[in-house]
Amino acid sequence: MRAYKPKDNVQAKAYYTDRFYVAPQVPKSAVETDEVFASDLEAIKAKFEVKDAYIQVEQMVIYINAHDIYGVLELMRDELQYTQLSEMSAIDWLAKDNTFEIFYQMLSMTKRKRIRVKYFIENGQAVDSVEKLFRSADWSEREMFDMFGIEANNHPFMKRILMPYDWQGNPLLKTYPLEGDEFAAWYEVDKIYGKEARDIIGPELRDTARVDRYDSERFSRLGFEVPKGTKITGDEEPHVESYQEESGVFMVTKLDKESSKVIDDPQR
Amino acid sequence: MAQHKVNYTQDGGLPIALTSVDKIVNWGRSNSLWAMTYGLACCGIEMMAAGASRYDFDRFGTIFRASPRQSDVMIVAGTLTKKHSEFIKRLYDQMTEPRWVISMGSCANTGGMFNTYATVQGVDRIIPVDLYLPGCAPRPETLQYGVMLLQKKIRANKAGNAQKAKRLM
Repeated sequence: MRAYKPKDNVQAKAYYTDRFYVAPQVPKSAVETDEVFASDLEAIKAKFEVKDAYIQVEQMVIYINAHDIYGVLELMRDELQYTQLSEMSAIDWLAKDNTFEIFYQMLSMTKRKRIRVKYFIENGQAVDSVEKLFRSADWSEREMFDMFGIEANNHPFMKRILMPYDWQGNPLLKTYPLEGDEFAAWYEVDKIYGKEARDIIGPELRDTARVDRYDSERFSRLGFEVPKGTKITGDEEPHVESYQEESGVFMVTKLDKESSKVIDDPQR
Repeated sequence: MAQHKVNYTQDGGLPIALTSVDKIVNWGRSNSLWAMTYGLACCGIEMMAAGASRYDFDRFGTIFRASPRQSDVMIVAGTLTKKHSEFIKRLYDQMTEPRWVISMGSCANTGGMFNTYATVQGVDRIIPVDLYLPGCAPRPETLQYGVMLLQKKIRANKAGNAQKAKRLM
């Protein structure tokens, strides 16, 4: 939970100022407190280096070396019954120490346990693909490449998955603006009409609170519409909107409410 | 010898209706507005509801077509992403003239709540729009009203002249 701060005068001052908020950690416990996790950790430690391991919210988190990931996941799948890779992605720590944290969320249906495997990579470093072990990693690694720019070695189809192929930038980086950079702002105009059309089409209007001084002229009171430019006095004649021209339409009969029968009994 | 009898004196004379070419062409165009199936997001559900039995667009001659070459009006129902923007332009170009565009819902009008890098801030940045329907999402009644207003707009224009091509630029 975020610490409470008074919000009495939020209009005068932004109460939320820290841009890249780091969540407080929930309590961690030692791996030895859980038998299943302890034996799993022993099996992994026998073959690979484990830098750190703890239990947090009933899930074990282990930190390994980046080059061990394929071997660790293969061991977990084949020998430790963690047969599902439910999620994987990256966390952007570029502002802190120029690294990405990669996590793999593993699930064992037989043991009813979850293990999160994590490691750090430097900015610009590629990860090893685990697509050969888990088919779910196929799209997840493509999404990680799309959103963070982290490539996965030995991936069969390392291309963007959500953004267009000719997109520039990685939207889930914390330095990427939510409303897009200049490339994103002009993407569709540049692609369809060319850069010279920017002046004609104009920039995107993204101010949701924008008030146009012509709005009061263009949007009149419903039911009291007047022609554009008319001085509004407040005692205009009510204007009944009709769907059809007064003179009628050729070969189309206008609805006559007098001669039509309204069925008002729902149980008819 | 034919057995039927035409009473030429009934209803004030011959069974003939007089009109102008403008009116009969506009009557045909406005009462058979074939709409292109263009449901992009949740507005598409309302558009489908408007086409289904309860609201029944067929009685206005509005029949949804799956091909741009057979349709007269494109109802852009939903959020247009930047990735999709080139395709909406291509489909619009494939529609035969005269053609009309209804921008349905906040997202198609202005980008709506999606003030993000991936959303086109209004479909009128890509193609010319005839009618903007407000709402998130607009009810099927609103879409019906919009189609009726579009019919009104079509009938107000001269049909005899060649349809002036609408270009964004």
